[in-house]
Amino acid sequence: MFGKRPWKMAAGAAAISLLVAGCRGGDSEDPTATANAVVIGIAEPKHLLPTNTTDNNGSQVLASLFYPLVDFDAGRKPVEVAAESVTVDKTNRVWTIKLKPGFTFHNGEPVTSQNYIDAWNYGAYAPNAQDGGYFFERIAGYADLNPLDPDGAGPAKAPDPTTNKMSGLKKVDDLTFTVTLSAPFASFDSVMAYSVFYPLPKAAFAKDGVIAEGFEEKLIGNGPFKLKGKWEHDDKIVVEKFSDFKGVVPKIDGVTWKIYQDDMAAYADLVDNNLDVQTNIPTDALAVAPADLGERFQNSEDSGFDFIGFPTFAPEYENPNVRKAISMAINREEIASQVFLNSVAAAKSFVSPVVQGYRENSCGEACEYNPTKARELYAENKGPAEIKITYNQDGGHKSWVDATCNQIKAALRVNCTGVPEPKFSVMQEKLKAKQNIGLIRLGWVMDYPLMENYLGPLFTTKGSSNFYGWSNAAFDTLMKQGSAAATPEAQVKKWQQAEDILAQEMPIIPLRFSRNVFGYSTRVANVDMDLFKKVDLYEIETVA
Amino acid sequence: MFRYIVRRLLQMILTFFGATFVVFALMFANQDDPIQALAGEKPVSASLRAALTERYHLDEGFLSQYWYYMSNLLTGDLGVTLTGRDISALLAEAWPRTLQLSLMAIVLAAVLAVTAGVWSAIRRGGALDNGILAFTLLLLAMPIVVLAPVAQLVFGMELGWFPATASREISFYTLMLPAIVLATTVVATQLRVTRTSVVENLRADYVRTARAKGLTPRRVTWVHVLRNSLIPVITLIGVDLGTLMSGALVTEEVFNIPGVGFNLARGIRNEDGPLVVGFVSILVIVFLVVNLIVDLLYAALDPRIRYE
Repeated sequence: MFGKRPWKMAAGAAAISLLVAGCRGGDSEDPTATANAVVIGIAEPKHLLPTNTTDNNGSQVLASLFYPLVDFDAGRKPVEVAAESVTVDKTNRVWTIKLKPGFTFHNGEPVTSQNYIDAWNYGAYAPNAQDGGYFFERIAGYADLNPLDPDGAGPAKAPDPTTNKMSGLKKVDDLTFTVTLSAPFASFDSVMAYSVFYPLPKAAFAKDGVIAEGFEEKLIGNGPFKLKGKWEHDDKIVVEKFSDFKGVVPKIDGVTWKIYQDDMAAYADLVDNNLDVQTNIPTDALAVAPADLGERFQNSEDSGFDFIGFPTFAPEYENPNVRKAISMAINREEIASQVFLNSVAAAKSFVSPVVQGYRENSCGEACEYNPTKARELYAENKGPAEIKITYNQDGGHKSWVDATCNQIKAALRVNCTGVPEPKFSVMQEKLKAKQNIGLIRLGWVMDYPLMENYLGPLFTTKGSSNFYGWSNAAFDTLMKQGSAAATPEAQVKKWQQAEDILAQEMPIIPLRFSRNVFGYSTRVANVDMDLFKKVDLYEIETVA
Repeated sequence: MFRYIVRRLLQMILTFFGATFVVFALMFANQDDPIQALAGEKPVSASLRAALTERYHLDEGFLSQYWYYMSNLLTGDLGVTLTGRDISALLAEAWPRTLQLSLMAIVLAAVLAVTAGVWSAIRRGGALDNGILAFTLLLLAMPIVVLAPVAQLVFGMELGWFPATASREISFYTLMLPAIVLATTVVATQLRVTRTSVVENLRADYVRTARAKGLTPRRVTWVHVLRNSLIPVITLIGVDLGTLMSGALVTEEVFNIPGVGFNLARGIRNEDGPLVVGFVSILVIVFLVVNLIVDLLYAALDPRIRYE
């Protein structure tokens, strides 16, 4: 009698749960509802406040919401965009920025010089902990907002900053302001192209120096698109055309920035035509992408630079000839074509081809694959009998590190092994402690297209990413002279001299220049990506 | 019954605190440099590091960090992630999605396992039985990290039966493929347990009696035998919830469903202590509640079981 009840219960429960499951859908609208809009895949940005955004996902979204002061032309030279003019005085210290009149923020506020000053001061103020704060360090007064910790990692804390305004920023009138640098720098206009230099409207601030709560979710910019609704975390960010925009008007009416956690999921959607542009085709899909996408599988130059660093503090790698020998044992072209299926280019210089002043093969003989010469040189200089290459496991580096090791093994007849570490930060800790973990896999992506942005952080003694402890007084001097040089051309000349020192000393082995490897759906055309790994939103268009 | 439930609920509170403590300790031990983990390979400037360290108390010891967390938790504040997002809001967004997905997987798995299990038990030794056993063997041998991408490739991208990901919108249809994949992780064991249990019960005295009474074979198997065979299966379903949740970590990533697994994976990658602890704590609660329900179901299935 009661025997039937459990079955009914189970059937009822099943029906209810399926019903509940079914009913939840339909609350989000179709991203392609507007015909002339595109869907571009990104990962969840960490932040969207311009001064706090240094990851590529966030800066791509910002590029749709904001209009930069300067941008780069085809020849990588800075050109004014939101600025009428950007000029510098004879000392190369005081930059005057005039804004184009008539621009407004998405909430109707006119864009004034004060908007820039407020945003930059907020970004530079240490207690605000903005990721992009370091971009402002050339501006006079930055040090007052970022007092140094007197004993580094020691117990004493850095004193509180005395002011939250940089003395180098001065408003002249509503459309003009001056930026005084703490030291002359003739290429500061290139630096200002970065997304942390966007302005913020008055509405962004609750009071002086305090961002209003929730502003990041409902960002207001000065760009061609405005935010539709709010930032839907982990799901999407929808932007639509801003009708009052006075600048160059894009051909599309809107962008849906679709958020993916996993590149392969995005790739599946791209092949399914659910996603219009994927800016980074995952390595796992490289082999099938030409067949899946055909002509719609593309690549273009970006600024990534992959290399192997030497622990130059370790005695066995002190000798530059040992370092050169190992470099000559590596066949870069073979790895680029076999492991990376030509999605990268072999690197034989210390700066990326995207910057002014790049010279092909500035590394010279030391970067040419020559196994016999490598072996002779290695034996002559008594290189170590065992070579380790340490890499972080979470970055998909195993295959090329192993391939590189095999080449070294074959050429130098020494043992070479790839050593995985779980995370990049673990490698970094060990290097900071001057622990000899062998050769280290490293990479660099520029912030602004100047040689200095490669050579400074990577190779100067105090460089922020000089993990391998290489230090060369002549190099440091040349870099300083370069920064202080009067014209961009003179700067490049000094920096090239500095690069020549690298070729003699080989503190690292240049391996590859990365490329944007992207694909797009049948719904869009004219898709191009720039050297900052951003889709060109002004060129892309939909096809019927 | 009521007193039993109250007692179990009180035990849950203890378990909850114990579990948060253990998870917090594990996250703390795993944490070497969350600021760098968040920044990826970009250098972090000294003043930024100092400000973030102070904001999240990263330089303080385990006990004092745990104290900050617990004192906030007791006032109902789950804290913020290292990127400044409110964890309770994250939980509220992520849980319904995962719940929907796992509910679909549970129902799919249970329906399939019980029907196929009983069929297989009745025709023991036959072609169908052997076929089903071979099939479950295949499923058991396939880890979800393989199954999920393969299913996506075959049924989503090649055949186009299902959307390749659930990105467009979370609906019954878009969640179907992930739910099937998730169900395969538990269906094999459930099926085999059902089969064994039914086979055993088919030989029991009461079955002979029922048959002797002249009941139809269908009624004997599907009512008398099945009801008595379900207890181990129900227990298993309760325990399988854990498997489903760990499976959700993979499925949600592959099919891009911003649910619990998706957030947990990110939290672990970024060494984001509060995020992981918050999500796991709720997971613990769900697990406890489901197992309480399972225990209560025993009584419904077997009148001899009473809770005092």
